[in-house]
Amino acid sequence: MALTGIFLILFLVVHVGLNACIWNATGENSDHGLMFNTAANFMGSMVVIRILEIGLFVFIFLHVIQGIMLVMYNKQKRNIGYSVPYGNRGSKWYSRSMGLLGTLILLFLILHWINFWVPSRFTGVNGVDGQPLEMELADGEKIHNLFALMQITFQNLWVVIIYVLGCISLAYHLLHGFNSAFRTLGVHNPKYMKLIQSIGYGFSIIVPFVFAMMPISFYLGWVS
Amino acid sequence: MEHYTMNLKLKIWRQANRDAKGAFRNYEVSGISSEMSFLEMIDVLNEKLIENGDDPVAFDHDCREGICGMCSMYINGRPHGPWEGTTTCQLHMRAFHDGDTIVIEPWRANSFPVIKDLVVDRSAFDRIIQAGGYISVNTGNAVDGNAIPIPKDKADASFAAAACIGCGACVAACKNSSAMLFLSAKVTHLALLPQGIPEHDSRVKDMVERMDKEGFGACSNTTACESVCPKEIKMTNIAYLNKEYLLATLNNK
Amino acid sequence: MLDAKIPSGPLAEKWTSYKGHCKLVNPANKRSLEIIVIGTGLAGASAAASLGELGYKVKSFCFQDSPRRAHSIAAQGGINAAKNYQNDGDSVYRLFYDTIKGGDYRSREGNVYRLAEVSANIIDQCVAQGVPFAREYGGMLSNRSFGGVQVQRTFYAAGQTGQQLLIGAYQALERQVALGNVEMYARHEMLDLVKIDGKVRGIIARNLMTGKLERYFGHAVVLCSGGYGNVFYLSTNAMHSNVTAAWKAHKHGAYFANPCFTQIHPTCIPVTGDHQSKLTLMSESLRNDGRIWVPKSKDDTRKGNQIPEEERDYYLERRYPAFGNLVPRDVASRAAKERCDAGFGVGTSKQAVFLDFAAAIKRYGKKEAGKHKLPLDNEEEIIRLGKEVIKEKYGNLFDMYEKITGENPYQVPMRIYPAVHYTMGGLWVDYELMTNVQGLYALGEANYSDHGANRLGASALMQGLADGYFVIPYTIGNYLADEIRNAPIPTSHPAFEEAEKQVSDRIETLMNIKGNTSVESFHKKLGKIMWDKCGMARNAQGLQEAILEIRALREEFWKDLKIPGSITEFNPELDKAGRVADFMELGELMCLDALMRSESCGGHFREESQTSEGEALRNDAEFMFVAAWEYENGREWRMHKEVLEYEEVKPTQRSYK
Repeated sequence: MALTGIFLILFLVVHVGLNACIWNATGENSDHGLMFNTAANFMGSMVVIRILEIGLFVFIFLHVIQGIMLVMYNKQKRNIGYSVPYGNRGSKWYSRSMGLLGTLILLFLILHWINFWVPSRFTGVNGVDGQPLEMELADGEKIHNLFALMQITFQNLWVVIIYVLGCISLAYHLLHGFNSAFRTLGVHNPKYMKLIQSIGYGFSIIVPFVFAMMPISFYLGWVS
Repeated sequence: MEHYTMNLKLKIWRQANRDAKGAFRNYEVSGISSEMSFLEMIDVLNEKLIENGDDPVAFDHDCREGICGMCSMYINGRPHGPWEGTTTCQLHMRAFHDGDTIVIEPWRANSFPVIKDLVVDRSAFDRIIQAGGYISVNTGNAVDGNAIPIPKDKADASFAAAACIGCGACVAACKNSSAMLFLSAKVTHLALLPQGIPEHDSRVKDMVERMDKEGFGACSNTTACESVCPKEIKMTNIAYLNKEYLLATLNNK
Repeated sequence: MLDAKIPSGPLAEKWTSYKGHCKLVNPANKRSLEIIVIGTGLAGASAAASLGELGYKVKSFCFQDSPRRAHSIAAQGGINAAKNYQNDGDSVYRLFYDTIKGGDYRSREGNVYRLAEVSANIIDQCVAQGVPFAREYGGMLSNRSFGGVQVQRTFYAAGQTGQQLLIGAYQALERQVALGNVEMYARHEMLDLVKIDGKVRGIIARNLMTGKLERYFGHAVVLCSGGYGNVFYLSTNAMHSNVTAAWKAHKHGAYFANPCFTQIHPTCIPVTGDHQSKLTLMSESLRNDGRIWVPKSKDDTRKGNQIPEEERDYYLERRYPAFGNLVPRDVASRAAKERCDAGFGVGTSKQAVFLDFAAAIKRYGKKEAGKHKLPLDNEEEIIRLGKEVIKEKYGNLFDMYEKITGENPYQVPMRIYPAVHYTMGGLWVDYELMTNVQGLYALGEANYSDHGANRLGASALMQGLADGYFVIPYTIGNYLADEIRNAPIPTSHPAFEEAEKQVSDRIETLMNIKGNTSVESFHKKLGKIMWDKCGMARNAQGLQEAILEIRALREEFWKDLKIPGSITEFNPELDKAGRVADFMELGELMCLDALMRSESCGGHFREESQTSEGEALRNDAEFMFVAAWEYENGREWRMHKEVLEYEEVKPTQRSYK
């Protein structure tokens, strides 16, 4: 869990960094998603990244399978439960609910893939009218205009709400997962543990927050 | 400290034996002094039950001073009751008030089957120790006690881990019924000492394997164990165990 | 005539000479010799582990759910050893001498010398096992001082030395279990011995989970079943500590030596009411800084910190100016009882005295302020600094006190009262730790041998481990060497059958009384008789009364006992009934022994034997012997004397004025 988790955490860094390019499309000097689309195109066309992408899916798959197995395994260990649960007195609810949070994130991911990944890889990035959404670069090359796709997708309030909820799930999942992963990998020195804990809290709040701001930004028209 | 007396309602898990189906039963006790220990309150109940021809509540206890690790009640949703860093036998009735209802359950984990009422079988812990929780030194093999200096901080940290009393509260509190805190306390205690180094790879692997075989769950670092440990054994021991385990696995020949 | 089989030769060479000449068993033969060890405390666990390592087939029994729970675990202070790491003049001889003197000259020189001799090996062994003793910054072992001695020889692991030593022995034991050399029987209680042709050949044990009786063969049986302090009902012993195993041995002919020798520890948390089930010890080390006092006027109900200085009676400092609050355990205990009996006791029960740290807090506070160059007139700051020092030294004890009493001992004086803590008496054993029954050994607190009439602090752990790790592995071989031709006797032998039937009959009888009174009530009554009349102070009249009262109580017990549940299930009430039945018989013997010994020695103040100043008066001319009692029937015992001869040490009267 820890190893796959940490890989996914690393992926989040890349993902959030790249997506943050959308905010280059704000206000007077908006580039209308040029920077974002360029970056996305770069990622999509590099062989190394494509291989890593396969790796990413493998890790997600492993993480999910491991998670399911862990939950199933641990569920069998106490056939008769307590009538008065210990509850939040000794642990955080999200620490005890990693399975549930993970499931929510997975559901969100499926939606997310359908929204963006499937079109950009397979079915093509098309507008509502079925016409391809493209953007022409300075050298004349035409690339997918994912920026436009996001703009269209995030006009739907429900999608925005689901995305925000997905990000909240991710935040709580990370809040436990980040520290837990390092514990599982054997970090026990109090100095490093403190550091990791601080980074973990920061990461768990900032990254999902930034992600959540993207659909909101589109919905509220902060980027265009 | 003002003393007071109280009347209490008790809801206690009763189970005739390992295979019987258990159920909660309600009792009432009156005139309980705030100066009593929790187990003395149960003594009062039991005396009353015996007088009435009922079967007294079976519970494990021995030293009644918080060190033998035998007492094991899950009181109002928390192993060893409401006080931190305290075993059930050291819990006193000052923690409760007149009219309170107290729910008492046994440790719940498949690896700790109920023997009767609140008494559970914790022999799995002994078997985990048998798998490697020792230093292989026969009587008479020892060199002088001061031959190997041990830095004070290491000795102190080792002692802090060795303070575990093997009561099983960690397993009882854990949503996964994991015995990682117990196991890690022993691994850390021995691995921090130079004497424990020669066997540290095999020790950690064998003990973890045994723990899994005994049917304890896998640790997911929720920290519930740490919060109930009457000897305040820390989660860092679990991280230490993980490090030992990883290195031992990597060193696998 | 009792023969202690002390090897001849100079004291310092006896053990070496014994080891050089005792018979040995070759490794192949060891595999076919079976040894039963009862109890898994320091003595039992160390014995079972060491014998297993040697290759014997060992069966180890404990009534707790795990061998790690034995009551040795509760020992706080430390373990003595003549290492002389502090270069302060300690030696084997000094440890030997202190122990003999501390025991008020009622123990055997040969055994005590051997104990002192092997003490150093114990520390080495425990360190090798991973016992995390306290260390100095340089990495060397740390020592503290303890009552009654002038050197620092006590090794410790915070206030949990017993726990750490027991865990060490327990781990060694579990290792032997894993290797198949020891079979472990937890939740099993020995209920009888099996003797065939004068030799011990096994035991009958009851599986406490199922109630089934089981038979086990052994070429020898080693009893490590601890002390019998629970005969007093209230003691610092664990709830289930009992005399049953030793008592069954006694009924099979093993002599019970000096049963009336009980250690009363002066600093325990006092009784709060009838509900009290056990007592908790506060380490002896507290008397280094605490001052003991009672109010000068009777029935003073004010809180300790509200009674002004001039209305306090620091009675130990008044009576024993030379030693003050640091008089030995027995003297401190007796003085507390005297004050309370005279009506000066404090607290709701009036059975307590104050142990006050206010003076120490001020003293340390001033010292700290001086160190840090702070003004000495800021009372509040000084008290705060002083409290910090006290917290560092005794923090865990203060916390424990507060948990139990709900009072903050940093603000109000602690209330303490003496309580039964340890029993020096036990099964009579010779130099080889064998009782007078062939093949039956007794180790640790279960035997009588090393502590005489009073045990010094930090000596019990030493004795338990000495017996188990370093004595029994040699001495048992000397006996078993002659057993190699004797094949194991099948447990279908009529002697086993007969023994099992007797045990089963007794259990049936107990269950079938079907009276009205619970075991607990009988135990409480017995305890009260013992405490009032065979406790810290005794007199002939009281003891005679006690014997009659115990007999009457015993009769009532067998008529009116009520045990719920059935035989073939987990039934703690039934377990307890058997133990209390044995305590009833032991109680009578203790009173008989106390009656016979009309001298004051150790902690036992015989009112008829005191100096004109009211101090204890020992009578060496008449009582310098071990009284070993032979069981005849339920009512009578025959006394055998082992005269104590002191070749090295000259007995003197102790004085602390």
